[in-house]
Amino acid sequence: MPMTITEKILAKHAGLREVHPGQFINARVDIALGNDITAPIAIKEFRNLGAKKVFNRNRVVLVPDHFTPNKDIKSAEQCKIIRNFAREQKLTHYYDGGDVGVEHALLPEKGVVVPGDLVIGADSHTCTYGAMGAFSTGVGSTDLAAVMITGELWFRVPESMKFVLKGRLNKWVYGKDLILRIIGDIGVDGALYKAMEFCGPTINKLSMDSRFSLCNMAVEAGGKNGIISPDNTTEAYIAKRAERRYKVYKSDRDAVYGDVREYDCSEIKPQVAFPHLPENTRNITDVGNIPIDQVVIGSCTNGRMEDMRVSARILRGKKVPSHMRLIIIPATPLIYKQSMKEGLFDIFLGAGAIISPPTCGPCLGGHMGILAEGERALATTNRNFVGRMGHPKSEVYLANPAVAAATAVKGRIAHPDEVVGKR
Amino acid sequence: MEIKGKVWKFGKDIDTDRIIPARYLNISDPKELARHCMEDDDPEFAKKVKSGDIIVADKNFGCGSSREHAPIAIKASGISCVIARSFARIFYRNAFNMGLPILECDEAVGSVSEGDILKVDIRKGVINNITRNEKYHAQPIPPFMQELINEGGLMKWIKRRLTTS
Repeated sequence: MPMTITEKILAKHAGLREVHPGQFINARVDIALGNDITAPIAIKEFRNLGAKKVFNRNRVVLVPDHFTPNKDIKSAEQCKIIRNFAREQKLTHYYDGGDVGVEHALLPEKGVVVPGDLVIGADSHTCTYGAMGAFSTGVGSTDLAAVMITGELWFRVPESMKFVLKGRLNKWVYGKDLILRIIGDIGVDGALYKAMEFCGPTINKLSMDSRFSLCNMAVEAGGKNGIISPDNTTEAYIAKRAERRYKVYKSDRDAVYGDVREYDCSEIKPQVAFPHLPENTRNITDVGNIPIDQVVIGSCTNGRMEDMRVSARILRGKKVPSHMRLIIIPATPLIYKQSMKEGLFDIFLGAGAIISPPTCGPCLGGHMGILAEGERALATTNRNFVGRMGHPKSEVYLANPAVAAATAVKGRIAHPDEVVGKR
Repeated sequence: MEIKGKVWKFGKDIDTDRIIPARYLNISDPKELARHCMEDDDPEFAKKVKSGDIIVADKNFGCGSSREHAPIAIKASGISCVIARSFARIFYRNAFNMGLPILECDEAVGSVSEGDILKVDIRKGVINNITRNEKYHAQPIPPFMQELINEGGLMKWIKRRLTTS
């Protein structure tokens, strides 16, 4: 039977020759991830069951990235639970202090996740690793506990949707705009329970960082996973990092899809998602005059090297208005260091930006940039729900880093061309 | 498993930040989380809810984050069951895994009003509206999910598998 890449990876890990959409399977998990919010509950469940040892100390990964550096006593207590557990279990992939990065930027960078893996994470944006050709999905804390004990988990095989992306990308258009455009099109539950497979000539030319942004937001369309078949770009990225051997899967030509959608990407302009759902997207040219109090550039969606460089291109030699708070968060220590080495920090600081240590921080209204009543932020993050970044009566607009940087300079939502001029 | 309670009605795409705002995610105690359940929609919600009450919501309930704090807060607030047109998938998993009964039922969502009294047979998926004298049939729960409910959640299911193997 012909299968999609998602079906092949699930079948392999379930020890089955083939699987069908709708089928319930029990599958072996390669990497199980938790953070400072979700892992403490999983650890409690782990202990309640009387478990003594995790199934494999190399495959359980804990990254306290959400409320770190510890924002208050309660967060510090949650982190302590994880730290003690990581020590007790001698976990090889535990990141603390100066080693912490935003989990979904950190794991690919460290080569912890490799193509063909089955990854679960007690974090909804675990779908990010689909960019490397892994089956990767977000689950809850109880699921994480189950995997920490048994190394396996139940899955319902998802039906696959195929997104064929063609056409040359316009200037200032990135993976973020492609996924916002798709979510705007199909809605926040348009891919509910489904696998979102991205392919086509535009994908083949897309950078790894843009692929991560694209797959990262599959969950914002309700998707179970986002996935891109590995190619030369993937190989070039992973070859120097992979800590394990890996297998590359590709969809069969005659694999069955519940839906196939084609996009001409040459028609896609930079996108802005209006409050309070990621599906409320508009072209940057249709936004109007929207004053902004705070701009956040970072997160598991857009805190990578490409994002730092694009932001710097816009901010070079510019200064943000005095009422603007521009917060830039390089997602990992490596990205932080590289940005510094390339002189990007000089540009950011010169523009009046605040450079934050790697953390999820304001993305989920944790800390490092919370909004007051009536305030408005534009962020390169992934969600603009009611109260997401602070007060329930604040607003979040979502966009790519180029739009974010231009917005910071102008103090209102702005097209990058307004700041650097058309070239 | 039969449940009887009063309906609290919510709209579509109720995300996990609305169920339990992230500012409370530095807590994992169910009782404390329950005090803040749905608070940005209705600051009095946790005080008004009585044990056994039922949430009825439109499509895509529980979208957004994977935080199990969301179904934990709902369950600890006294809510006995959530009925919606559809659920976001991580919330769906979490609810079955930790033992919060949920049902998908278009008909019920379209017909019930806030304050109605419902009697729900979770196993059969039958919802009786006592107030309106109506009956609705929910989408059948897949056999594997039934097994999880019967066992009392994923951890108990695993414990049994570990002890029998």
